[in-house]
Amino acid sequence: MTVQATPPNFSQTIYGKSRHGRHGYHISSRPTEAPRDIPREYLRDGGIGLPEVSEPQVMRHYVELSTKNHHIDKDLFPLGSCTMKYNPKVNDDVAAMTGFAGLHPEQGDADAQGALEVMYRLERLLAAVSGMDAVSVQPAAGAQGEMLGLLLARAYFADRGASRHKVLVPDSAHGTNPATATIVGFQAQTLQSGRDGRIDLDVLRSTLDDDVAVLMLTVPNTLGLFEKNIGDIVELVHKHGGLCYMDGANMNALMGQARPGDFGFDMMHYNLHKTFSTPHGGGGPGSGPVAVKSFLEPFLPTPRVVEKNGVFSLDYHQPKSVGALHSFFGNFGIYLRAYTYITRLGSDGIRRASSTAILNANYLAKRIAPRFPIPYGERCMHEFVATGEPLKKYGVKTLDVAKRLLDFGFYAPTVYFPLTVPEALMVEPTETESKDTLDRFAEALLQIAREAEESPEVLTSAPTKTPVRRLDETSANRHPVVTVPME
Amino acid sequence: MPYTYHTDDEREAMLRTLGVKSEDELIDVIPEKYHLRSLLPIEKGRTEPETLRVMSLLSRANRPAGHLVSFLGGGIYDHTVPSVVKNLTSRPEFATAYTPYQPEASQGTLQVIFEFQTHISRLTRLPVANASMYDGATALAEACLMAAKITGRDVVLVPHALNPRYLRVVRSYVSGQQVEIRAIPSTAAGDIDATALKRELGDQVAALVVQTPNYFGVLERAWEFERDVHAAGALVVASVDPVSLSLLRPPGEWGADIAVGECQPLGNEMSFGGPLVGFMACKQEYIRQMPGRIVSATRDVDGRDAFVLVLQTREQHIRREKATSNICTNQGLLATRTCIYLSLLGEHGFTELGRVCHARARKLADMIAACDGYALAYPGPFFREFVVACPTDADAVVAAARKENILAGIPLSRYFGPAARQQLLVAVTEKHQDEDFDKLCAVLKRAALVKVG
Repeated sequence: MTVQATPPNFSQTIYGKSRHGRHGYHISSRPTEAPRDIPREYLRDGGIGLPEVSEPQVMRHYVELSTKNHHIDKDLFPLGSCTMKYNPKVNDDVAAMTGFAGLHPEQGDADAQGALEVMYRLERLLAAVSGMDAVSVQPAAGAQGEMLGLLLARAYFADRGASRHKVLVPDSAHGTNPATATIVGFQAQTLQSGRDGRIDLDVLRSTLDDDVAVLMLTVPNTLGLFEKNIGDIVELVHKHGGLCYMDGANMNALMGQARPGDFGFDMMHYNLHKTFSTPHGGGGPGSGPVAVKSFLEPFLPTPRVVEKNGVFSLDYHQPKSVGALHSFFGNFGIYLRAYTYITRLGSDGIRRASSTAILNANYLAKRIAPRFPIPYGERCMHEFVATGEPLKKYGVKTLDVAKRLLDFGFYAPTVYFPLTVPEALMVEPTETESKDTLDRFAEALLQIAREAEESPEVLTSAPTKTPVRRLDETSANRHPVVTVPME
Repeated sequence: MPYTYHTDDEREAMLRTLGVKSEDELIDVIPEKYHLRSLLPIEKGRTEPETLRVMSLLSRANRPAGHLVSFLGGGIYDHTVPSVVKNLTSRPEFATAYTPYQPEASQGTLQVIFEFQTHISRLTRLPVANASMYDGATALAEACLMAAKITGRDVVLVPHALNPRYLRVVRSYVSGQQVEIRAIPSTAAGDIDATALKRELGDQVAALVVQTPNYFGVLERAWEFERDVHAAGALVVASVDPVSLSLLRPPGEWGADIAVGECQPLGNEMSFGGPLVGFMACKQEYIRQMPGRIVSATRDVDGRDAFVLVLQTREQHIRREKATSNICTNQGLLATRTCIYLSLLGEHGFTELGRVCHARARKLADMIAACDGYALAYPGPFFREFVVACPTDADAVVAAARKENILAGIPLSRYFGPAARQQLLVAVTEKHQDEDFDKLCAVLKRAALVKVG
């Protein structure tokens, strides 16, 4: 890769469009003065350095930037374990209602009855879907949900006068699982998967001891496989006094079909920005509610929302609580969208959504398997992991396949994850994609496989139809330039 | 049924391709004993009009600050959200994009983050900023963990006047890492007691947290003790209201090593306290210890300017149990709103915003201080929030005001116990008009006539 050694040019940033003395937006109709009652030593000396642009310039600049994004309203995002489904617009309209958007969190329960009712009802719905007893909607994202789960486990053991130090994580787990174990002060221990891509009971048996606090398990796992021995797994962990946590990133496969509570899990988190359709926003915000069995309920974060005679209130008096993970009550505007979505789907729609997601994934897997084999290739659930291994003989890597898909107007699947499959392509189409879209995507992948054979350079030089081509990531990592430098 | 769209023929064709008779056959990978025989015990689905009717009823069961005269603050402020911000961030290109892991198809999001980082860097005068944190509280908690990691020490000093909701989160976050939190008392003026601070400094102290303005609205004089903290080998972690940085000396210029804060006031709705959006900035030498996503400028193979996520080897998806943090999803769309808000207001508008908020707050403070029985609790300068010492219980004042559709402020007894029962925290923004001040003062005067029981 040859890259020009000239320094980056920032003329196309909002700063490059700034002209000294231009005013884009007025707060006051009268001239303002620097404060006279704040002593000079407290005050900023000189300007801030923000850009000076007009309102139309701001519109054009960010509209132009927006067109450089792929997004779900443009075309498919086949990202495994990310559940990029269509985001219904009615959810955004609900979140924008003044009664919700204009509510200050310090107003007190009497002014917020509608919002508290949403929290309460959503917690009951999420309990019903999971087969758990109690829910906290406070975690702001899945990783924070995991954090809460492990804090609950620690508090639970401490309450029993015990102290355990290990968290078991399969090698196919999301990176957040081991990272969370560390941040909560546990030691993460990796469990090697068995030949069938699932937990190996013998490995688990030989790893378990009375220092294991929690087994974190993604169900279905990141290969899209259901843990057939889930009952035995959970029983083994429980027999050793440990707890079982389910990473619910893949709940889109289970909702309405089966319940983690029935599998024996003690706790789990949801990713509402995955399973329950809230927009990803280019990286967030998410929402990661945690559902638990009743014996863990006393440890949930405060405040808890409670109902008495049709009146809702926030309860801060939970002596065993692990405390708080958010300034207030979590990402209310996000779980409000999820609540809207769940009530729109209802019991019948939820079941139809998961079965359709499973149908779509199996159909797509079947269509591309002739060129992209599925190493753990039996029936999958809502996602599957294919391999680009057969293309390596043409000098083509999975990364090249991913980049070439961008030229077809699709986003790329999750690649090189899970780590247990070489040249992995992890694909999750979701239930909101039509058969036409699935066929189009399959045709694109099959064509790419032919290209790999006939003209591999088309792949290795892809993408060419995107706003920029492949980037010099090496220099950027060696010498990051993370801001427009001050003049 | 909503949000699934196959025709019966299409379903049939797909099932035929798979060689199965029904979708139920596909579910058989789940052991039969776990299959739900019936639908979940929740209501059936609703149409969009039905949904809107139900949700609108719930919305109207709230009495939002936006419909009342509100002086509530405490970290969440009712500023104007410009139409441009709402319009641009409702675009699906921003709202429904994924995390920019494929940079060639994500340049819009990546450049927005880069511009956000630049805005934050200029506000704080620290050279490095990340792509956002969940909120101001978790940003502070992560900064404390970061300081502990950098220094290899395990005590974090926090001021008595720290936002109590931040303190709760910090305690939960550090609990796993054996980091101890020690409180530094306030002086009678409401700021950090520098003498007490010096007594606490020692070779176990990883960081001092300086929140300015602090929860009481008091501005800290951190430049007076920052050298002592650094001389003791500890870091200074600033928690700042970014709106105040329109006027106030930036943390990078008074010795902060890491600065964090809450960007809700910059173009984001209050939304019952979430979603919020935290920021984090730091000195160059700590970039590799920083949590969260970071975007760098770079070039593509044709030499075009471009942007890309960097230093991902700090992050959980690469580094797993050795990651700097477990954060993955952040607050992208709110960071986008913040970015656009700061671009739109720009140098002039943002300075105006700070001046107007401050001037309005000063005016109300003077009006309240002139009300019989009321005084400002602290004598020093403030930005747009201050504590009023009431002649009666602040709870009673708040209740009286609420009857007249005024949210008078936050009674400090809510967080600081009975000793603070006559103290009321009052916040002002550019939205307040003189008539709002008149109304509040009229209520305060009437409430003063009710003596403490």
